[in-house]
Amino acid sequence: MSDAFLQVRDLKVHFPIRTGGILIGEYTPLKAVDGVSFDLNPGETLGVVGESGCGKSTLGRAVLQLIGATDGVVSWLGTDLTSLNKKELIAARENLQIVFQDPLASLDPRMTAGDIIAEPLRNYRPTLSKAERRKMVEDMMERVGLLPRMINRYPHEFSGGQCQRIGIARAMILRPKLVICDEPVSALDVSIQAQVVNLLMDLQRDFGLALLFISHDLAIVRHISHRVLVLYLGKVMELADKAALYATPRHPYTQALLSAVPIPDPTKERNKDRILLTGDLPSPLNPPTGCVFRTRCGKATELCASQTPELERAGDGQDVACHHWKD
Amino acid sequence: MTSVLEIDGLTVSFSTPDGDVSAVSDVSLSVEAGECLGLVGESGSGKSQTFMAAMGLLADNGTATGEIRLDGIDLLSANEKKLNTLRGERIAMIFQDPMTSLTPHMKIGRQLSEVLIEHQKVDARTGRARALDMLNRVHIPEAERRLDMYPHELSGGLRQRVMIAMALMCEPEVIVADEPTTALDVTVQAQILDLLAEVKDNLDAAIVLITHDLGVVAGLADRVAVMYAGRIVEQGTVGDIFALPAHPYTQGLLACTPRLDVETEALVTISGQPPNLQNLPSGCSFHPRCKYVVDQCKSERPALEAMDNGHIRACFRPHVEVAQ
Repeated sequence: MSDAFLQVRDLKVHFPIRTGGILIGEYTPLKAVDGVSFDLNPGETLGVVGESGCGKSTLGRAVLQLIGATDGVVSWLGTDLTSLNKKELIAARENLQIVFQDPLASLDPRMTAGDIIAEPLRNYRPTLSKAERRKMVEDMMERVGLLPRMINRYPHEFSGGQCQRIGIARAMILRPKLVICDEPVSALDVSIQAQVVNLLMDLQRDFGLALLFISHDLAIVRHISHRVLVLYLGKVMELADKAALYATPRHPYTQALLSAVPIPDPTKERNKDRILLTGDLPSPLNPPTGCVFRTRCGKATELCASQTPELERAGDGQDVACHHWKD
Repeated sequence: MTSVLEIDGLTVSFSTPDGDVSAVSDVSLSVEAGECLGLVGESGSGKSQTFMAAMGLLADNGTATGEIRLDGIDLLSANEKKLNTLRGERIAMIFQDPMTSLTPHMKIGRQLSEVLIEHQKVDARTGRARALDMLNRVHIPEAERRLDMYPHELSGGLRQRVMIAMALMCEPEVIVADEPTTALDVTVQAQILDLLAEVKDNLDAAIVLITHDLGVVAGLADRVAVMYAGRIVEQGTVGDIFALPAHPYTQGLLACTPRLDVETEALVTISGQPPNLQNLPSGCSFHPRCKYVVDQCKSERPALEAMDNGHIRACFRPHVEVAQ
């Protein structure tokens, strides 16, 4: 236990939402992340999937403590990040980096590519000389597939895919141990997505990184992850090894999610059995009692309304939170 | 079968401070009644602008040349008044983002019946009844109550159903769906795709499905056209395009799409980036990214040539050498 790399235990992030009151507001907690636990090991990729509003981005940010946790523990190399003060947290983040979804919006438009990539070095390695820093930036640019002679260009001069490479270079320059990737390829065209996914996988192998890969795209997550966490309304539905999750999904939500993904093969796509979910995501301000998925679940019974299912072992390396997974 | 919508030699260009940019170059397409044509391409390939031109919805700085005929009526030379009698009535569009394409201050019932009141001169009561009927047909629960709601009160999936209902109100001959499920979550996307398949089976309309998602095309389209840098590079039946892609770009697109049904080692990539339309490569626009490139590709542009089964492609390399 104690030698684990990243341990997240019962992490909760609740946002107070004003729901009434005239002078003194009445607030209802929006449970964006509600009791999530997982481990992450060096060199491992954990995919986090779910639909919009399921709390996957909030989870990524709470791991880095970019958003404070309401409750729970984020233990990084044995230290609880939620208990650190600002100065200690900044020191810890040397090993914790993030790549954002929108490649252009996450780069400062008035800084050159070189300055953007060098910024972590200026913060965490202040003793480096200018020449050393430049050398490291150029090497990193080359590594992520950017031409080092573009070092003095500004973000708007790059394409979306290239901007994402700058974002990746910035995250990798300190050789961090853990990188959170928050929908890193969602804004990119298909032909560019594949390039960026391959780059991330190469970097992971070379640097022995742990990746938390947040995405709504189940096909990409299958390709890049070792284990996958399925979130719904802030709660873990299923956490399993990739092979088990894609071959024998146990949770009705995982099954529906997987069957909904269109397959680029006309014969398969037209003949597959699709599990259609009825209705829409319930309001996170007023989630269903018991199992949060029960309002859209074909297997729901009275038990699901009264009792929240806990994650239980359903097979080798496969945990599922459902009362009826055996049915 | 005769084509309902025919596009012949369409070129769309936009005048910009940096000179004219061609978004669509010499595109010819046709769709028959009861058929679904999938139009695939990446951002900037011209797939949306082709049909924005057909709907007379190009931005002010855009001009279209060539011919677009709806049942023999030339849409490009038609004036605004003439277009208004056709749009909604005979050709309708489903847009990507249902929030921004519905009028925010108009109740759902009125938005739907407006099309009928405008085109078929029905009274408000009949309009409302037909709107209710249509909401039921697109499987909107509690349809009666939704008639008096505003778009913001509905979820994304329901809004997209309202968009589809609106497009179907006058039973048009052509329905253009521009990325109809891109803004939706995957489980909601599955619901909407099912609805579109139902529409396709029950109506005799020609459907044009514009998308970047090959999986969506695989499920719905009968024929597929692939666009790159403003031109059609390949077109064929859905079976041929997925099983025997004959253009290196189509092959690359299929190979680099991660799949849920197959375990892949490393993703195949198409090197480089989509071209800048202001500064297109010489010859074949795809040549800087193509692994089969020869000298001829750099100087000459390949024309679309016919193969079997109505399959056409624009590539100099012999098909056997390109096929993997």
